[in-house]
Amino acid sequence: MGLAKRIIPCLDVDNGRVVKGVQFVDIRDAGDPVEVAKKYDEQGADEITFLDITASHQGRDTMVHTVEKMASQVFIPLTVGGGIRKVEDIRIMLNAGADKVSINTAAVFNPEFVKEAAERFGSQCIVVAIDAKKVSKPGEPDRWEIFTHGGRKPTGLDAVEWAKKMAAYGAGEILLTSMDQDGMKNGFDLGVTRAITDAVSIPVIASGGVGNLQHLADGVTIGGADAVLAASIFHFGDYTVQEAKAHMAACGIEMRID
Amino acid sequence: MNTIAIIDYGMGNLHSVSKAFEHVAPETRVIVTSDAGVIREADRVVLPGVGAMRDCMAEMRRLGVDTLVREVSVDRPFLGICVGMQALLERSEENNGVDSIGLFPGRVVYFGDELFETNAAGEKQRLKVPHMGWNQVHQTMDHPLWRGIAEQARFYFVHSYYVPAQSADSADYVVGETHYGTDLAAAIARDSIFAVQFHPEKSQHSGLQLLKNFAHWSGQL
Repeated sequence: MGLAKRIIPCLDVDNGRVVKGVQFVDIRDAGDPVEVAKKYDEQGADEITFLDITASHQGRDTMVHTVEKMASQVFIPLTVGGGIRKVEDIRIMLNAGADKVSINTAAVFNPEFVKEAAERFGSQCIVVAIDAKKVSKPGEPDRWEIFTHGGRKPTGLDAVEWAKKMAAYGAGEILLTSMDQDGMKNGFDLGVTRAITDAVSIPVIASGGVGNLQHLADGVTIGGADAVLAASIFHFGDYTVQEAKAHMAACGIEMRID
Repeated sequence: MNTIAIIDYGMGNLHSVSKAFEHVAPETRVIVTSDAGVIREADRVVLPGVGAMRDCMAEMRRLGVDTLVREVSVDRPFLGICVGMQALLERSEENNGVDSIGLFPGRVVYFGDELFETNAAGEKQRLKVPHMGWNQVHQTMDHPLWRGIAEQARFYFVHSYYVPAQSADSADYVVGETHYGTDLAAAIARDSIFAVQFHPEKSQHSGLQLLKNFAHWSGQL
């Protein structure tokens, strides 16, 4: 008995509304991120992540209000990602009630930003998101590279080395998305998950490609992840968080089950 | 009207703590403040805190919060959360050593870069630091703030430094214990002071129950 592995439902939010659709029959407004987050909280989600995909400045203000509303109604940890580029962006989200922010592209273009953020706010609230894609050819030793712009732009950075660097710079957690798998429903890329969890001493969240409950369990038992993040399998009502937890617990994984 | 003052010394997320209190104790006025007068007037006082100990203590000293805490923690219910608990010890190892408020004897120590646990199968496993997520709390002593909370209930933790649960100093004041490679103090208490390493404001039902208990606690055991 001890520390539980975590399940983190992730919502894409645009201008204060959930996108990619969430299909729950029993909530009134499935487009309201707070309503959806409450639903996941009831199901036993261990944390919630909002990924802000809003482009406009006006939309950013909407996100701040969404975070404030969430923090006054849902009492589990909240991470906000997307568009976090400056220390001021972090301060605003934390003051609104977020517990952590996830830094992605800004870390790639300016690694010092991660250091500055961790020194200013503490490592516990700095998640560095890594989008990794396998670049080695069949027969070659495995190698994964960091990609930006939704997996379109290679950076030449080795994913495992990058994760180590981010941990050394003060990241408190790594959110690892395997781009080959994202949206494919074939499960996490367990190779890169294991390579990074073994390489860093901070917690790693596995993301990308979850299609069934065994994928979540494999992320922990084979990939070594400390938490698993998923979107569509929960949004479309394929599985509840409860079912996911029950399955993982049946696989011998320590879970928080009330 | 009863009041709860949440001490604002510029560190961390006070919004969540105040919203959680408003949720569980709607009849109470929750005030986030750095005003010593307001804090002295409050029926209950909360010392939250996240981030690095050196910065937290520096800000507390600059604003006189350390002295104020010594004063208001003796005659009314007082709750420390996370770094707000660690600050109540004498000293922390963090940032090459920081002297703290010193209401409880002992020191806050680092988990270490190499933290291990032997699992049921007898294999040695490396544990991640920070200790982040939901862990179980063993209620080592009875306390009014544990009311309605199951033994071994899970709470949300995020920290890299901890108060050892079984040191000569801590034996007298640890009221809740958690295991993560070592036994650490999840909650400490004495008289009208209660302090927790975890975040009750982020610990769903069990956490809200604890905050509710605090909002109604007289400070007596």
